[in-house]
Amino acid sequence: MANEGLDKAVSGEYALGFEIDIETDTVPPGLDENTIAFISNKKEEPEWMLELRLKAFKKWQTMTEPHWGKLDYEPIDYQAISYYSAPKEGIDSLDEVDPKILEAYEKLGISLEEQKQLAGVKVAVDAVVDSVSVKTTYSEELEKHGVIFCSISEAIRDYPELVKKYMFSVVPMADNYFAALNSAVFTDGTFVYIPKGVRCPMELSTYFRINAINTGQFERTLIIADEGSHVSYNEGCSAPTRDEHQLHAAVVELVILKDAEIKYSTIQNWYPGDETGKGGIYNFVTKRAICQGDNSKVSWTQVETGSAITWKYPSCILKGDNSVGEFYSVAVTTLAQQADTGTKMIHLGKNTSSTIISKGISAMKGQNTYRGLVKIGANATGSRNYSECDSLLIGSNCGAHTFPYLESKDTQGQVEHEATTSKISDEQLFYLRQRGINEEDAVSMIVHGFCKQVFSQLPMEYAVEAKALLELTLEGSVG
Amino acid sequence: MSIMKIENLQAKIGNKQILKGLNLELEPGKVHAIMGPNGAGKSTLSKALVGHYDVELTGGNIMYKGKNINEMEAEERALEGIFLSFQHPVEIPGVNNAYFLRTALNAKRKHEGKEELNAAEFLRLMKSHLEMLGMKSDMISRSLNEGFSGGEKKRNEILQMLILEPEVIILDEIDSGLDIDALRAVSEGINKMKDGKRSFLVITHYSRILDYIEPDYIHVLKDGKVIKTAGPELVPYLEEHGYDGIEEE
Repeated sequence: MANEGLDKAVSGEYALGFEIDIETDTVPPGLDENTIAFISNKKEEPEWMLELRLKAFKKWQTMTEPHWGKLDYEPIDYQAISYYSAPKEGIDSLDEVDPKILEAYEKLGISLEEQKQLAGVKVAVDAVVDSVSVKTTYSEELEKHGVIFCSISEAIRDYPELVKKYMFSVVPMADNYFAALNSAVFTDGTFVYIPKGVRCPMELSTYFRINAINTGQFERTLIIADEGSHVSYNEGCSAPTRDEHQLHAAVVELVILKDAEIKYSTIQNWYPGDETGKGGIYNFVTKRAICQGDNSKVSWTQVETGSAITWKYPSCILKGDNSVGEFYSVAVTTLAQQADTGTKMIHLGKNTSSTIISKGISAMKGQNTYRGLVKIGANATGSRNYSECDSLLIGSNCGAHTFPYLESKDTQGQVEHEATTSKISDEQLFYLRQRGINEEDAVSMIVHGFCKQVFSQLPMEYAVEAKALLELTLEGSVG
Repeated sequence: MSIMKIENLQAKIGNKQILKGLNLELEPGKVHAIMGPNGAGKSTLSKALVGHYDVELTGGNIMYKGKNINEMEAEERALEGIFLSFQHPVEIPGVNNAYFLRTALNAKRKHEGKEELNAAEFLRLMKSHLEMLGMKSDMISRSLNEGFSGGEKKRNEILQMLILEPEVIILDEIDSGLDIDALRAVSEGINKMKDGKRSFLVITHYSRILDYIEPDYIHVLKDGKVIKTAGPELVPYLEEHGYDGIEEE
């Protein structure tokens, strides 16, 4: 019977749980000023960066871990984590990349070589394994347009003015506990600068991979879209299957100047742990964009299927007049995963508008929370928000929760919020099965339908990947 | 030789015994109408035949092409050619109608060892049927039954029937909520499917649909059993006298 089918466990296997057997240069677990100096030294950073790191570290030590999220997890021992791990040999060009790493990327379906051949679409890829950026493709072609696409470590060395100006400008170094930690120990990440009036000629992508044991990953991404520019950026993440939890605390800052646009898409597939909650990534991420100039636009699209714990609220500060913020999210929690995710839309400029489309899918013992803030400032006259938060439950042991917060100082502001919670109904399943579609395909069809508004925001090849990932994650959810 | 033979079928929904020894044979190429008062078990019969999860079989057999299908999964029955036009087709948001239909058709073609249709081939097929049913071409891109009017939903059921080309076609209250134009279009679709081999089971409250699709047999269902089987001449009698006067044969 369909009911029994639905109640059967979701046990989609984690396909990216392989470990790459490469020699790494890993610092012993523990965190103090020496660790930070070690990281800074490894990265060949200038003195000013080290000072900023140490300042952040001091602040972090005075802070306490936040626990307001609807998340239940074991305490994190910050001294048990290794804060730096890198493949042993230095890497300069693709030819020097360890074939095993390339093989790993092939397994991920993102062979760097293959990326070059992608029919009609060029995608520049920066791949970060553990703490080090492995390879940035297409740098030369991007250079022709004045686009800077490199690792954050390189940017600190080569473009200090841009970094000094914008790093910590969107997410202050002590914004929150995890952001402060990241500010102190970030190891790598991506830096993008799109000059005035340039439409970035290709999609930019970064793949993050935690590989080494007992390491945390603390990457930092900074993207600046100068006036009238446009860029579409994508990130993907994965990690091997491990019994213990691993910490991932990233910071992403986006700066969008007048008439510019950033489209930021994430496919997050960190190892989710098993059905008893053993293992899996703790994902505490701060992502924030500021629409600094008039008529600027930022769009966050995220498909979150991985991690044991997700704590993440990609936000938009709409400072410029007529600026636009968008948040499209699909968050899947199955096994024993917990996600507390959503967005903040801070309307400061006049006639700013924001859209929030959040789709939560829960299966097995997954707990899925949407937490969102819409804030309309006193000067943000004529601003509008539309929010839609839908939850889909598969089976009866999972949960969905919605916490929308609204603060409006402008009484003229238009704010609409719609929320629905539905179960994949037996009637829907049966209808599809009566047409000869098997139960698993039927569930996947209904789930894809549910996510359609979000998937349609992804660049095409990523939409395909997201669909496949969703299918894999929910595999075995029925029948 | 019948295409489907229902022998002494007994079935429960929840704790309630609805079908109490129902016998019925569907002949190839014939239109069988099931009529009967409310609560006689008409919808339960249609659900039992397609393996709906509400229905628990407690006795008897459903034989299809000589095989007992009591335990067969719903999708398997569909692939083997049993089709139900739902009384209340469910809405499935975000699932593109054409994509759904192509998936269903290709599942069937695969089951039959035929090559799957690509998107272009399928669209041509779908468009030709849309026109015949007086359906707008936006039916291709709309979400499955979402926001469809009653008439659109029923036409969409018939569209699926035309595309899937089933062998036993169960129409559960296909005429309810249809205006005269929709009724004509739906009937035309059904009549187009008559090929001398397919068998139809038309479940209806009213005789109005029977003016458009001429039935070969009328079966009167009452209290979970077929109590009378006759030719179409029974229809005017039922209209005049209702079901009370019909006694079990």
